[in-house]
Amino acid sequence: MKAMPSPSGRKIGSTLGTYLLLTLISLIMIVPFIWMISTSFKEPQSIFTYPPQWIPETFRFQNYIDVFQLIPFHRFYWNSIYISALVVLGTVFFASLAGYAFAKIPFKGRNVVFLILLSAMMIPHEVTAIPMFLFMRQLGWIDTHLPLILLPIFGAGGVFGIFVMRQFFITVPTELEEAAMMDGCNRFRIYARIMLPIAKPGMATLTIFTFVTIWNEFFDPLIFINSRDLMTLPLGLSLFTDEVGTAWQYLMSATVMATLPLLIVFFLAQRRFIEGVAMTGLKE
Amino acid sequence: MNHSHKRKRGGPLAREAQIAGWLFVSPMVLGFTLLLLFPMGLALYMSLTDWPLLGDHHFIGLDNYRNIMTDAMFWKVLANTVYFTAGLVPLNIVLALLLALLLSRNLRGIGIFRTAIFVPVMTSLIVWAIVWKLMYATESGLINQLLLMLGIKGPAWLYNPDLAMPAIIVTSVLKNVGLNMVLFIAAIQQVPRSLYEAATLDGAGKRGTFFHVTLPMITPTVFLTVVMTVIGSLKVFGQIYVMTQGGPSNSTKVLVYYIWEKAFKLFQFGYASALAYVLFFIVLILTLLQWQLRKRWVFNEGDA
Repeated sequence: MKAMPSPSGRKIGSTLGTYLLLTLISLIMIVPFIWMISTSFKEPQSIFTYPPQWIPETFRFQNYIDVFQLIPFHRFYWNSIYISALVVLGTVFFASLAGYAFAKIPFKGRNVVFLILLSAMMIPHEVTAIPMFLFMRQLGWIDTHLPLILLPIFGAGGVFGIFVMRQFFITVPTELEEAAMMDGCNRFRIYARIMLPIAKPGMATLTIFTFVTIWNEFFDPLIFINSRDLMTLPLGLSLFTDEVGTAWQYLMSATVMATLPLLIVFFLAQRRFIEGVAMTGLKE
Repeated sequence: MNHSHKRKRGGPLAREAQIAGWLFVSPMVLGFTLLLLFPMGLALYMSLTDWPLLGDHHFIGLDNYRNIMTDAMFWKVLANTVYFTAGLVPLNIVLALLLALLLSRNLRGIGIFRTAIFVPVMTSLIVWAIVWKLMYATESGLINQLLLMLGIKGPAWLYNPDLAMPAIIVTSVLKNVGLNMVLFIAAIQQVPRSLYEAATLDGAGKRGTFFHVTLPMITPTVFLTVVMTVIGSLKVFGQIYVMTQGGPSNSTKVLVYYIWEKAFKLFQFGYASALAYVLFFIVLILTLLQWQLRKRWVFNEGDA
């Protein structure tokens, strides 16, 4: 990202001040994570010692192993991974199909349908959650992963995906498409062979967005899942907090492990992701 | 939407476009109708009934809405929701704007700071709330330990009806401030350099430049973030669920928590649906209202 020109001349002093301020703010942001990691390695009796121990006296790696024995943590992990993967695949596929059509195919009713989708973004999730619960119960899908996979693909998440993808397809020059049509390509071939490769940055943005959202999703699993074995990570973690006498060292090591994939994805895709956020936030 | 459909073609190509267009959007439109529009309509109907988990439901007209108006707990949760929103939004916007101003400079290692502030946005809200619950722990949570080092005996943050909500507001601001910050950085970087140069020539100071150049130029983004943050705040749930469960003495029980409780703990689906529709109407009115107001104070309306 390029920088804003500094309007003032006296730079050095203000630069130093800026660094100090930024360091302080960043520390406040990061402290919870440092504390989380620190606690995850502690012996139970040294969690609440005074003064606070930033580096545990003895590192108890066993906490990380115990978690898997105490709760079906590997199940939570697997559930989160495969649900996120399916939702990402479904969303990118269906949203890019629709996004392409809304951007490039002049069909009747396009604007009306798009407007309806647009307004649907405003619907609070809580309104549709209640009928959805009953609907899923009717289908016998309560306490299965089906609602957690299907609802985000075709619900608000999918609609959001259409916006992101449409945004990318609009920028593709029409001439490219027309040339392909001259060569006798049909729409689906144009979409698959020409459009998708061009929209790769859009797909990457949508993938990360969707992955983060689903990995962190809490409300839906809370409503649709009852069995321990079927829980996803956020729900599984929250189980601990209302039980009396929380074992913080286990909860924190579980939390570290639950956050890890997200941080890895983030560091790999950081630039693109932040730019993606900025871009979609300014969709006008 | 005034792009690319200027080509008016008759004949087979146009017909092909009709078919292809609808074919491409049909999975999303179908799923969307089934999973969003249909439940939306059903929820409206449910809100006009008493709808228990088991047994029959009866149409009772507007009774649920009338009951809501006289439900003391509804007004309490509404006040709590407004409190949360009124506390969070200004804090979030001002802090995000200040951070964006700091972080849009070309400093060495600026990426590290941006990342540090953005990482909580990425983290699961539940994880964030759990860790902050540990930090707020009364006896010897990190915050009270740090206070103790300054000779202050820290309060029971999450168990004190006056402090629980402010504590959650602070946590929530820190969680999401990075998101608005990124949007502001993008907006600030789009301000033409020439405007700054002109302001400098006019002898405007830093403050003057900010209020006369930067702020007016980024009002569309400010508007957008305010709307998004207000709507997000009205729907606060996860951190409440993890940190206080609505307590102590209902001081943090917010609208969505109440909806969840009525629907999925007490199974009063009719009443909960009516509550959810009240939330929908509030969101709708706010959006329309801010859309109207926007014309008055957004500077470069129409340029986008």
